[in-house]
Amino acid sequence: MPESAEHIVKSYEQELKHLAGLITEMGGMVENEVSLATNAVLDGDAELAAKVVEGDAKVDAMERDIEAFVIRMLALRQPVAGDLRQIVAALKMTGDLERIGDYAANVAKRSIVLGQYSLPFSLAGLGHMSRLVQENLKAIVDAIGEKDAEKALHVWRSDEAIDGFYNAIFRELITYMMEDPRNITPCTHLLFIAKNLERIGDHATNIAETIHYAVTGTPLSEARPKADTSSYAVVRPSGGGA
Amino acid sequence: MTAKIAIRNLDFFYGSHQALRGVTLDFPERQVTALIGPSGCGKSTLLRCLNRMYDLYPGQRATGEAMMDGMNIIGPGVDVDLLRSRIGMVFQRPTPFPMSVRENIAFGVRLHERPSRAEMEERVEWALTRAALWDEVKDRLAAPATGLSGGQQQRLCIARTIAVKPEVILLDEPTSALDPISTLKVEELIDELKRDFTIAMVTHNMQQAARVADQVAFFYLGEMVEVADAGTMFTAPREKRTQDYITGRFG
Repeated sequence: MPESAEHIVKSYEQELKHLAGLITEMGGMVENEVSLATNAVLDGDAELAAKVVEGDAKVDAMERDIEAFVIRMLALRQPVAGDLRQIVAALKMTGDLERIGDYAANVAKRSIVLGQYSLPFSLAGLGHMSRLVQENLKAIVDAIGEKDAEKALHVWRSDEAIDGFYNAIFRELITYMMEDPRNITPCTHLLFIAKNLERIGDHATNIAETIHYAVTGTPLSEARPKADTSSYAVVRPSGGGA
Repeated sequence: MTAKIAIRNLDFFYGSHQALRGVTLDFPERQVTALIGPSGCGKSTLLRCLNRMYDLYPGQRATGEAMMDGMNIIGPGVDVDLLRSRIGMVFQRPTPFPMSVRENIAFGVRLHERPSRAEMEERVEWALTRAALWDEVKDRLAAPATGLSGGQQQRLCIARTIAVKPEVILLDEPTSALDPISTLKVEELIDELKRDFTIAMVTHNMQQAARVADQVAFFYLGEMVEVADAGTMFTAPREKRTQDYITGRFG
């Protein structure tokens, strides 16, 4: 459906624009948090990490603001159709973005611990994975602002690649841990970091689904391709099932 | 879902002005269909077609089909009195007759039947009970109906309509002259009545259509633009014109 005309009630129109602005702003904040957090890991920068942890409070405050604004709009405007979908989408997306912020903060905290160990292996795999996650996150934040269902669909589809990277990192880290038990502590942190990044990707796909419904009115029904098979490794330790 | 009334390619003319163009729409049995759209879109005209109200005015004519149980309502040779006992109508403003509460109900019944006094008493109580008014008026059945509040008068008009046991009830903005609480009572009543009657309602209140209707049809410039169940209509309408109208963006 093409972009609609302006609302007859100007203040309603302004509120819709304000809400769209808030959610885009929050998306930008979270994008920045994730970017700083991964840099903190890859560069071992504790100062940067502290900044990310601090920034998470702002993300949480933003979520509360958006929630309050949405509840107010639902009560006062009783939105329907496209407006209703946009407003409910904002409520859902703010929850996903908040959670992405939490994961970023957790990555940052672990990077501080990780800095105390010298790692006898490279973090290239994690670097690739984080780049992919950030690309998807950026694309999805753009899709929010542009109400672009096509772009959202693209992000939704490309999460499979992130899952693939995560599986590879999982296997790699297990190898390091088996090689030398002194690797267990840093590798466990790295494993959680990788898992956090993978979860960020999942929340990006949630947002993609939300955008798709908000814009088109039809849910993404096709099952999302899933490639995170690492959970099988736990039940089949000897069979190489990861 | 069986259609109580099936409209096919209905055109309607006020003299040379065409008010409805090729309308095709089903009114499912024992469901509430709400007709929405801006003033002059033809929704009230469609309601007036269904009980041949337009017959009263020279120069107004309808073509096409509006089938109810195998009979074309707008075709020739229809017994209009009988039709109006099968399809009752309630208007925007309460229109009680200047008679007692009891007589308001009995008057219409007597046009079609010859009930005994006891049967009539029973029918009056039945109709007033179904219209959720009995408890409020049972002690003043002999009092003039014009002494009732606006909301009570409107429910009396609904009672009067259902007293003749129609199959279809047409409601033309039935709550537009009522306060919010009376409005909710009428909405609750409509919900109750659809167990026995097929209901077609014109409303300007979108929220009311969302609350009350099973099916909603959007009209614009004499055309039926879109019809859908109320849930779909108010969350994800197909047509841009529908979306623009119900979200308040017309223009």
